[in-house]
Amino acid sequence: MNSPPKLHPGLNLGPAHGDDHEAAENSIFGFWVFMMSDLVTFGMFFALYATALHATAGGPGPKDLFDLSSVAWQTGFLLVSSLTSGLALLHVKTHHHRSGAAIGPMLFWLLATVALGGLFLWREIGDFQAMAAQGALPTRSNWLSSLWALVGLHGLHVSIGMLWALVIALGVLLRGVDQRWKLTLLRWGVFWHFLDIVWIAIFSFVYLGGLR
Amino acid sequence: MTDSLCGNLTWDSIMLVKAWKDPNVNNLITAGAAAMIPVGALMVPLLLLWTGWWRPLFRDWLASVDHKKIGVLYIALAVVMLFRGVVEGTLMRLHHATALHGGVLSPDHFNQLFTTHGTTMIFFVAMPLITGLMNVVIPLQLGARDVAYPRLNQIGFWLTASGGFLITISLLIGQFATGGWSAYPAYTGSIFSPGVGVDYWLLSVGLSGIGSTLSGVNFAVTLYKLRAPGMTFMRMPLFLWTSLCVSILLVLIMPPLTVACITLGLDRYLGFHFYTNDLGGNLMNFINLFWMFGHPEVYILALPAYGVMSEVASTFSAKRLYGYPSIVVATMCIAVLSFLVWLHHFFTMGQSALVNAVFGIATLIIAIPTGMKVYDWLATLWRGRIRFTTPMIYLCGFLVLFVIGGLTGIILANPTIDFQVHNSLFLVAHFHNVIIPGVVFGMLAGLHYWFPKVFGFRLLESWGRTTAWLWIVGFSVTFFPLYVAGLMGMRRRAVDYADPAIQPYMIVAAIGSLILCLAFLALLGTILRSILLRKQLAVPLGDPWDARTLEWATPCPPPEYNFAVLPEVTARDAFWEAKENGTAYAPVEKYEDIHLPPPTYYGLWIGAFASVLGFAVVWHIGWLSLLGLLGSIAVPIAYALLPYREIILPAAEVQKQDEAWRCAARETDGVTRDEEAHATNRGLAKPDELEIEFAAAER
Amino acid sequence: MGSELKSYLTGFALAVLLTAIPFVLVATRSDLPLGWILSLCAIAQAIVHLRYFLHLRWRGQKREDLQLVLFTVLVLFFLIGGTIWVLGDLATRM
Ligand code: HEM
Ligand SMILES: [Cu+2]
Repeated sequence: MNSPPKLHPGLNLGPAHGDDHEAAENSIFGFWVFMMSDLVTFGMFFALYATALHATAGGPGPKDLFDLSSVAWQTGFLLVSSLTSGLALLHVKTHHHRSGAAIGPMLFWLLATVALGGLFLWREIGDFQAMAAQGALPTRSNWLSSLWALVGLHGLHVSIGMLWALVIALGVLLRGVDQRWKLTLLRWGVFWHFLDIVWIAIFSFVYLGGLR
Repeated sequence: MTDSLCGNLTWDSIMLVKAWKDPNVNNLITAGAAAMIPVGALMVPLLLLWTGWWRPLFRDWLASVDHKKIGVLYIALAVVMLFRGVVEGTLMRLHHATALHGGVLSPDHFNQLFTTHGTTMIFFVAMPLITGLMNVVIPLQLGARDVAYPRLNQIGFWLTASGGFLITISLLIGQFATGGWSAYPAYTGSIFSPGVGVDYWLLSVGLSGIGSTLSGVNFAVTLYKLRAPGMTFMRMPLFLWTSLCVSILLVLIMPPLTVACITLGLDRYLGFHFYTNDLGGNLMNFINLFWMFGHPEVYILALPAYGVMSEVASTFSAKRLYGYPSIVVATMCIAVLSFLVWLHHFFTMGQSALVNAVFGIATLIIAIPTGMKVYDWLATLWRGRIRFTTPMIYLCGFLVLFVIGGLTGIILANPTIDFQVHNSLFLVAHFHNVIIPGVVFGMLAGLHYWFPKVFGFRLLESWGRTTAWLWIVGFSVTFFPLYVAGLMGMRRRAVDYADPAIQPYMIVAAIGSLILCLAFLALLGTILRSILLRKQLAVPLGDPWDARTLEWATPCPPPEYNFAVLPEVTARDAFWEAKENGTAYAPVEKYEDIHLPPPTYYGLWIGAFASVLGFAVVWHIGWLSLLGLLGSIAVPIAYALLPYREIILPAAEVQKQDEAWRCAARETDGVTRDEEAHATNRGLAKPDELEIEFAAAER
Repeated sequence: MGSELKSYLTGFALAVLLTAIPFVLVATRSDLPLGWILSLCAIAQAIVHLRYFLHLRWRGQKREDLQLVLFTVLVLFFLIGGTIWVLGDLATRM
C-alpha cells in the first residue's frame, strides 16, 4: 500500500483537489493546534477529577451511581459516529474533486453522525437525570462537582459538534461543496474524532475505573 | 439568576450615585476615576463626529484585518490600561507613605486597588503589549504577507478588548474584586465575596484568556507554515524564536487559567464544590491550577522581551548576534522548564520538604539558560559599533536591573528562605524588578525600535532617551526600598504597618512612584511630540538603523501586503546579507497579483456580544446573558454562511508602488552611523568606512 | 475498496476490540490487574484513533502535528502528574 504523503491530521484531500488540498494544510494544522489547547483543558478537568476521587463527603460514590450498560451504549454510539463522520469525509474526497458531484451521500453520513451524537447525548442526559434523582447533584460533593463538570464539558463539545455539522449541512446545501466548506468539513472531522478520543479517557478512567 | 429585568443592578451600584450619597475620601477618589468613563464615553464619540475621524477609524482600523493595524490596536489598548495601572500603583505608594497605623484609604479600597492594578497590569498591559508587538513584527520578520488567520486575529483582539471593557466598567458600575490578581478561594467564593467583584475578575480574565489562546494558535501556525522560502528555523531572527516558544506556551498554558475561571465560576454561580470549605472542596486545587498557568505566564511575558533585546543588541552594535544557537537553545530550555516550576509560588502551602526541594531545584536551573543569554548579549555588544539610541538605553537598564531581579528570584527559589519572605514586600520588589526592567523595558525598546516601521516616522530621540532614564531611575527609587521594607517584615497587600522604621522607605518609594508617573507622561509626550514633527522624522525608505532582518526590507510604513514579492532567504540575517551582496533594492523581474483578506466587522461583533454576555452574567441579568450568548454563537454561523471574497490587487499596481520605492532607495545615499538620529535620515543608513574596512580585514 | 476506507474499517475493528476488552473485564468483575489493563487499552485505543482516523504516522514529510501531540502529551504528563503528586502529598499531611 503506497499511501500519499500526509500533510495534516485527519483525512487529506489529496492532489486531485488541487488548490483545495494546498489550502487545507495551514487551515487544518491550525485547528489541530487549537485542539491541543482543548486537550489541555480536558487534561485539567481530569486532574481535578483525579484529586477529587475521595472527596465524596459522605455522599454517593461511583459504585452507587454508574450504570455500566448505559456507558457501553454511549461508547458504542460515539464509536460508530466516528466511523460515519469518516465516511462523510471520504465521500468528499473521492467524489467532490470535480464540481457537480451529488452531495446526497455525504449529507447522509453527516446527518447519521449527528443522529448518533444525539443518541449519545440522550443516554448521557438520562444518566445525569438518574443521578439527580438520587440526590447526586454537583452541589452534593467535590467529587460530584468534578464529575459533572468533566463529563458535562464533553457533552457540551458533542453538542457543539452536532450544531456545527448542521451548519455545514446548511452551508453545502446553499453553496455546494466548495473550498471553504471542504476545509470546514475537514476541521469538523478532526474535532469529532478528537471528541471520541477524549471519551476513551472518560469511559476508561472515570466510569470503568470507578466501577472496578 | 434573579427575576428582575436588571438582575442585581440598582442605582446604588453606580459609583457616582454612591459617592453622592456618601461622600467620603474613598468614594470620592473612586468616583473621580469613574467619572472619566461617562465623560470619555461622551467626549470621544463627539470628538470623532466633529473631526470626521470616525469614518477612517471604522473603515481603516476597526474593520481592518491587517496584522500591523491589529498590533497597533493591541498596543493602544495596553497604553490606555497602563495609565490606569500606573495611577493605581502610585496611589498605593502614596497611601503607604502615610499609612503608619492607618492612612487615607480604607482597607476595602486598598484591596480593590492592588487587585485591579495587578489584574490590569498583567492581563491588559503586559499581555496586549507582547501580543501587539508580536502581531506587528512576526509576519514582517518572517517575510510573510499576514498572519495565518487574519480574521481570527481580529477576534482575539476584540475578546481581549471586551475583557478590558469589563474591568474598566467595574470602576463605574459596582466594584472590582478584592482578592488579589490571583483570586484565591475560599475568600473569592460566594460566601466570603458575595458581591460582583470576583465575577468581574472571572469574566474579564476569562475572556481575555480565550483571546490569548487564539492569538497563540495563530502565531504558532504563522511561524510554522508561513516562513519565507529558505527561512529555515535556524535562520529565524531571535525575536521569532522567542515568539514561537511564547505561542506554544500560550496554546498549552492558557487552559489551566480558563479552567480555574470556569470552575470558580461554577462554584459561585451554581453552587459547585470545587474550592469551598465544605463538602470536600479543596481550595489548594485552585492555587495549583492558577500557578500552572501563572508561572509560564511570566515567561510568556519575558521571552518576547528577550527577543526584542536580542534584535536591539545586534542592530545597534552593528554585529551579528553572538552565540545565536546558544540563545535559541536557552530559549527552548526556559520554555520547557517553565512548565516544571509552578510550585515555587506556594512553597508555604504545606506539602512535604521533598516536593518543595524538587520544585526549588527546578527553579534554580532556569537561571542557567537565562544567565547564558545575558552573556550572549554582553558579548554581542563587545567591540560593536554601538549607538546609544533609546532602545540601547533600555537594553543597558535591562541588563543591569534585570540581573538583580533574577538574583533575588534565585534567593526566593530556595524554599527555606522563601518561608521567611513569602508574601512580603520583598516578593513585590522581586516581581516588579523582573517585570518592569524585563517586560516593560523590553516592550518600550521594541516600541522605539519598530515604531518607524509601522508609522513611517521615528520617535524623537531626545524625548525617548529622557523617558528611558526616567523609567530606569523611577523604577530603582520605587522598588529597591521595598526589598528592605520586606526584609524588615512588611507584608504585601497590607493596608498599613506598625513599625515606624519602615516609613522612610515608604516615603522614598512614593517619590519613586511619582518619577514613574513622569516617565509615563514622558512616554506619551514622546509619541505626541513625534507625531507633530513627523515630516521631519519620516523614514520612508524603510531602514533607518541599518538593521539586519527582513522587516526592514520594506518601505516605512510597509504596504498592506508587506512584501511585493516574497523574499528568498539564504542566510540568518537575511536583509544584511542582501545589503552586503548589493541585492537589497535590486529591481524585481516579475510581479504577481496579490490576494488580500477583505475588511470585516466580525471581530467587533464578537467583542460586542462577549462584552454584553460578560456584563449580564456579572449582574445576573438572565435575558441579557442569553442575548449575549446567542449573539456570540450566531455571529460565527452568520459569517460562515455569508459569501467571502478576497480582494485582488493587480500586479501592475503592486509593481508601480514597489518600483517607486526601490528606485528611491537605490538613488539615495545612506546616512552614516552618527547621523542616524538626524533629520537627514530618510530611512537608509549605512556602515562607517572604518567598519567596512574592519569587516574586510576580518575576512 | 480504497486504502483509506480500509484504514477506517481497520481502525474501527481495533477500536471495538479495545473497547470490548475492558468493558467485559469490568462487567465480569475479573481478578486481573484491572487498573493496568484499563490504562493500556485506553492508550492503545487512543493511538489507534490517531493512526487510523486522524492519519497521524511516524512516516511522511511534515510531522509537526505529531510532534505537537507528543509535546502536548508530555506537558500534560508534567501537569497532571505534578498535580496528583502535590495534592496527594498534601492530602497525606492534613
Ligand atoms: C508603574 C509603576 C508601578 C507601581 C508604582 C506599582 C506599585 C504596586 C503596588 C504598590 C502594589 C501592591 C503591593 C502590595 O501588595 O502591598 C503592586 C502590586 C502588583 N503589581 Fe505593580 N506597580 C507598578 C507597575 C507594575 C507593572 C508594570 C506590573 C506588571 C506588568 C505590575 C504588576 C503588579 C502585580 C501583579 C501586583 C500584585 C497584585 C496583587 O497583590 O494581587 N505592577 N504594584
Ligand atoms: Cu514562577
